[in-house]
Amino acid sequence: MEIRPILSALLRNKTGAILIALQIALTLAIICNSVFIIHDRMVKMARPTGMDADNLFVVDMTAYSPTFNAESAIHDHLDLLRGIPGVVDVSPSQAIPLSGGGWSDGLYNNPEQKGANTGAGVFHMDEHGLNTLGAKVSEGRNFTHDDVQYQNQDTYIHPSIAIVTRALGEKMFPGQDPMGKVFYENDPKPVTIIGVVDTLEGYWPSWEGFERQIIFPTVFTRPNNRYMVRTLPGQRDAVMKVAEQKLGDSHDGDFVRHVRALTWYRDRNNESDHALLVMLTVMSGLILAITALGIVGLASFSVSQRTKQIGTRRALGARRRDIVNYFMTENWLITSIGVTLGSIFAVALNYWLVSLFKVPPISWYYIPVGVLCLWALGLLAVLGPALKAAAIPPAIATRSV
Amino acid sequence: MFVYNLRLALLSMRRNPVLTLLMVSAIAIGIGMSTTCLAIFHVMSGNPIAYKNDQLYAVQLDNWDPAEAYTGPHDMPTQVTYLDATALMKAAKAPHQNVAFVSGLTLQSDNPAIKPYLIVARVTYNDFFPMFDTPFEYGGPWGNDADQGAQQVTVLSEETNEKLFGGANSVGKEVTLDNRRFRVVGVLKKWNPTPKFYDLENGALDDGEDLYIPFSLTQPMELHSFGNNSCWKDTSDHTFQGYLNSECVWLQFWAELPTAAARDDYQQFLNDYVKEQKKAGRFPRPAKTYLSNVDEWLKTNKVVPDEVRVLVALSFMFLAVCMLNTIGLILAKFLRRSGEIGLRRALGASRMALFRQYLVETGVIGLGGGLLGIGVGWIGLFGLRHMLSSDAGRAAHLDWTMVGVGLLLAVVASMLAGIYPAWRVVRIPPALYLKIQ
Repeated sequence: MEIRPILSALLRNKTGAILIALQIALTLAIICNSVFIIHDRMVKMARPTGMDADNLFVVDMTAYSPTFNAESAIHDHLDLLRGIPGVVDVSPSQAIPLSGGGWSDGLYNNPEQKGANTGAGVFHMDEHGLNTLGAKVSEGRNFTHDDVQYQNQDTYIHPSIAIVTRALGEKMFPGQDPMGKVFYENDPKPVTIIGVVDTLEGYWPSWEGFERQIIFPTVFTRPNNRYMVRTLPGQRDAVMKVAEQKLGDSHDGDFVRHVRALTWYRDRNNESDHALLVMLTVMSGLILAITALGIVGLASFSVSQRTKQIGTRRALGARRRDIVNYFMTENWLITSIGVTLGSIFAVALNYWLVSLFKVPPISWYYIPVGVLCLWALGLLAVLGPALKAAAIPPAIATRSV
Repeated sequence: MFVYNLRLALLSMRRNPVLTLLMVSAIAIGIGMSTTCLAIFHVMSGNPIAYKNDQLYAVQLDNWDPAEAYTGPHDMPTQVTYLDATALMKAAKAPHQNVAFVSGLTLQSDNPAIKPYLIVARVTYNDFFPMFDTPFEYGGPWGNDADQGAQQVTVLSEETNEKLFGGANSVGKEVTLDNRRFRVVGVLKKWNPTPKFYDLENGALDDGEDLYIPFSLTQPMELHSFGNNSCWKDTSDHTFQGYLNSECVWLQFWAELPTAAARDDYQQFLNDYVKEQKKAGRFPRPAKTYLSNVDEWLKTNKVVPDEVRVLVALSFMFLAVCMLNTIGLILAKFLRRSGEIGLRRALGASRMALFRQYLVETGVIGLGGGLLGIGVGWIGLFGLRHMLSSDAGRAAHLDWTMVGVGLLLAVVASMLAGIYPAWRVVRIPPALYLKIQ
């Protein structure tokens, strides 16, 4: 196919081509960066949580009676929950993982608390805590019943032993085995690591320290008590109903505030990210459709404008294939100008996003893949009008329009 | 003339319904998408108390860790300690000031039909109400004596009063909070400023509180904050009093400073206060205090998430693609009518008359696209509300301002899109096209 005659024809009628090229450029920039954001968030949402999130639920209770005794109420509730068929394990818990709210501490390597600290999410659970979450120590040991301390939150003093996640161990003791190592909170009292969990996600998914956790063998005695419950697969919703009813009937001077699946908290915390992904997906889909329709529209116009010329070419011996090729090549040229410009737009837009979200810049292959997609889109869109052009009979050249 | 142009426009649109539909829907989708994103931005970037913007100031003091700055606006904590809050309240250097936090309390109604439930209370001073201009349905704020004497009085929100007393005037009635009797002194009208400028710690779009009680009850009732508590230093002793005396920040402090001079005086007072405290061994970081008016406070606390900014930017690029598309289609359509134009020019129509005619046509297309686009935007926001919880969904609303902005955007954009094609087409020398005919 000769490109020169197509080019000179294009140059004589620039406007339509420029409009299409600009559309393609903006489309490439939007698509590449939308996919970039979507991919980044999806990867974050799909990280392994280290827990059996789908089979966990959370019970919140609040005291109203002046004679409420938190410790005995907690024992009653734990016994009651453990007795429900379908329950795998239960533990009190100070906060709710994956929910966007919780407790964090700054940890130090030295007793004087000098220098920068390492932030970590803090879980307060009993010896059933890890099993309730569906996690296991991969090194060291779990808490025993004797390790667990019942404490008033006002007079709380952190325990001297803890289980940590591997990510926290690696951050505090790079390249070393964290087992048996000691760290400090905001006081000179040391905390010894007695166990390591490979993966356990914390409270704030957007936080860089999301994978760093400490688990303390503490149960808080408070007017507001919280339990995490793991059920057998598929029985969560049924067990939740039974638990709510039974706890409501227990007379410990408190009432059930709510019983909610862990996934409820997780999804609520992720909802704005989820909405963002849907918006970006819809936007990307629509923009491809609009750009394709624009190409169809302008190509149809240019075919109808050139009906006479096409007829003449056909009369002079051009094959149908030549006509189709002509329009395909023309479109390919326009798209190529568009994607060249679009690559620059895409990188510029990405530069802004990277500075905003503090994420690594777009991988290089996004742009060539986007370019290939737009080439394909352009050729598909122009195929219809091009075939229509090829169907123009040569005889038309002899008629006046 | 306008009516004539309008008739011509409608006639021309009817002649090519597929093309017209394509143009109108391209504009509608572009406008719909940008209206959706802009509406969210509009709600989140609003300032519900703009008329007092330069009188209300959020107070920041830097009592943080000498080893590491707080990660917040101006590298300072966004809340203050109990020590500082009570000292600043006692000094009362501003005409009005208040300190506040949210706490959870168990409410028991005298009506046995209402089971005990957990309420969120804002624990604050009576100046909270006039400073933030809260509208009262019944009664009013509690008196200064309640603030000083830790009296058990409360102001109910409209929702709580509805739930407990069926919306009747409940001033003088009593409720039990954490086993203490509280007398109702006031009931608010519906009050849900969005964003919740006075407390950005617990979700800027969150619901307001269920009721309000005096701050002086904090100590006797040992009230804990339900919101954000941040500490960098261990408390000396592990008691509630120890927490009150600690360097933990958990209280929001606001001062009302009616003039620039009052603002400067207050800044000076804060600086002196920090200097004084430094002598006592507190405030180990370089002395730093900050007063932010409401706008600044909303901005530095990033109430509008970066994601929303990105969506707005992308949606405008999206609109640009839709407009480029429309320009292309309009151009094609007008050029196809070159013969007609040539004829009309030859018969004496002026360029200006034709130009006007074509602009009216694109304006009509724009208005149609805009109206349809508002509908698309409404559907988009409806879908978002469906995906979001009620608090966050509060941002996904279309008000009349946004409807106006969307329509204006559509008409202006399509007129702009129409100018070039109309200009191109009226410059066609009439003779050329008459010849072809």
